[in-house]
Amino acid sequence: MSKRLAYPYLAWIVGFIIIPILFICYYGLTRDGHFTFSNIAAITENVHWIPLVLSVRLSLICVVICLLISIPLGLALRSIRSRFLVFLFMMPMWMNTVLSILAWKLLLGTNGIIGRLFHVRSILNTQLATEIGMVYDLLPFAIIPIYNAFASIDDSIIDAAYDLGADRAQVLTKIMLPGAKAGILSAVVMVFVPALTSFVISDMLGGGKVSLIGNVIEQEFTNSMDWNLGSGLGMVLMVFVLLSTMLLRGGES
Amino acid sequence: MKKQDGFVQKIIVIIIPMICVLGWLLYFGMHRVETEEHGASITVLNYGDYIEREVLSDFEEQTGIHVVYEEYETPETMYAKYKSKSISYDLICTSEYMIEKLISEDEVLPIHPQNIPNLSYIDEKYYSIVDAFDPDRSYTVPYFLGTVGLLYNTKAVDPKDVKSWSALWMEKYKNQIIMENSVRDCLIPAFCLQGRSINATDQPSLDEALALLEEQKRLNYAYLSDDAMYEMIMENANMALIYSGEANAAKLQNENLAYSVPKEGSNLWMDAWFVPKTCTHQKEAEAFLDFLCDPEVAYQNWDYVYYTTPNVGVYEMLDKEDQEDRTMFPSEEVLERCEVFHALPDEDMRRYNDLWKQLKVYYAK
Repeated sequence: MSKRLAYPYLAWIVGFIIIPILFICYYGLTRDGHFTFSNIAAITENVHWIPLVLSVRLSLICVVICLLISIPLGLALRSIRSRFLVFLFMMPMWMNTVLSILAWKLLLGTNGIIGRLFHVRSILNTQLATEIGMVYDLLPFAIIPIYNAFASIDDSIIDAAYDLGADRAQVLTKIMLPGAKAGILSAVVMVFVPALTSFVISDMLGGGKVSLIGNVIEQEFTNSMDWNLGSGLGMVLMVFVLLSTMLLRGGES
Repeated sequence: MKKQDGFVQKIIVIIIPMICVLGWLLYFGMHRVETEEHGASITVLNYGDYIEREVLSDFEEQTGIHVVYEEYETPETMYAKYKSKSISYDLICTSEYMIEKLISEDEVLPIHPQNIPNLSYIDEKYYSIVDAFDPDRSYTVPYFLGTVGLLYNTKAVDPKDVKSWSALWMEKYKNQIIMENSVRDCLIPAFCLQGRSINATDQPSLDEALALLEEQKRLNYAYLSDDAMYEMIMENANMALIYSGEANAAKLQNENLAYSVPKEGSNLWMDAWFVPKTCTHQKEAEAFLDFLCDPEVAYQNWDYVYYTTPNVGVYEMLDKEDQEDRTMFPSEEVLERCEVFHALPDEDMRRYNDLWKQLKVYYAK
């Protein structure tokens, strides 16, 4: 019986993960029914390479900003030990991404609240706006694992460190950060991967002027109707995602 | 314990599929009964939000013909939907270049004008557009039409500037311009400024147009499609390359907005009905077309969609102010200097898309 209970999940994995990936590989490695690597090699063309580099750059910046915010925050939340505060920081996750990004669009627009209050030029439809949207959207995914990792460090270890003469900086670098390493690494993956593959945020806050690799792939599937090229570029992106997670796995062990 | 497991399994294995099958049977059974009651039924495919729904129920009441109404977003998705042949459509409404493509692929049936007496209400002057995609005038019934031009805010933009497409390249409008987020529409101003056809496909024209658009990108607030209208209403931008239909709707909501078709020429577009090869009830489909061309019905539809209608009966029902609205009813002179899009071969479309990608990755230093 317990074995049979696994069948629906097996069907799920085959139907919604394996078969779609096979389809992508089929489309990505053929053109007009013939085998070819040209869809994958196309990544070296400027029109595909520049968006990929931009995606990697914006994602890395996003990871750094998220870590810079969530590590101090995780430490603070640990010492406050208020479940309510943690809950507050999770709240944005409950909201639909498109809706919260739409709200950013209204905030940042020429006649938006920020523009009117501070009389600054609108930054909507720039890379900066896209970066802000990404950080806002993905920050909870960094906070959760980092907070959990900090929270699981035993108080007695920290007390022992102080007893043995460590100062605050030493406790942070020798106890807290190494103790939370796994959490920090999974935060990096949880932020980097969705950031690398995102296209909705750049679409909405970039005003069609910020072209990420996700946008290029989406355009190939919708506008240009070139599923082969779209799949080929999608495979390249998958390799990038795989490499980054493997790199971090290596760091973990 | 073992026995119980077997029992639960039996329930899952037998009963659940039974419920599923029963559900489907019931659904189809009821569907069948419904259509049989109404007699004949036609399946109609149209752009999203492009008809006054009341018109459909009125038609069903008057004729007893049941209308299965379906919608799509872009001509390309319509094409894919139609080509899959999973549903046999009786009537489809789409854009001129897509009809041209389908006619060339022999997917369109000629209509019988004798079954559509109200066809006489279609204004003769708009048949110049029909000639571009249906030269025999035997396959299509015009539905709505319009131009592409500049929507601008009179508080911030000099009306003299927008008489020419060069307004889009003026430094003083930096960060106030919205371009349409589609390659063919973006190419209209570039081609027109060069004095070329908007259907140009030769490489020198494309290269020059790309250089112009790259130069223009720096001044842009954004490339948008559906949102352009709202950004203009909210005055987040002051000038937009836009379809006249959306310009009409925007003008209703913000009285500072005005619309201009630049002197160098522009695009003239038309959405029209055709009977596809999959049609099984052509007579009923033509009855529906006749109903749509009836001035009263066309007025109802016009009032809802608010695009330029080719129906003379509707035009005559309007008061002078509406009749003289040049955004709604372009002058003969504008009709003359505008050009209709043609369907382009796949090879040329690929080069268009390449140009679009190059424009999108271009960042001004």
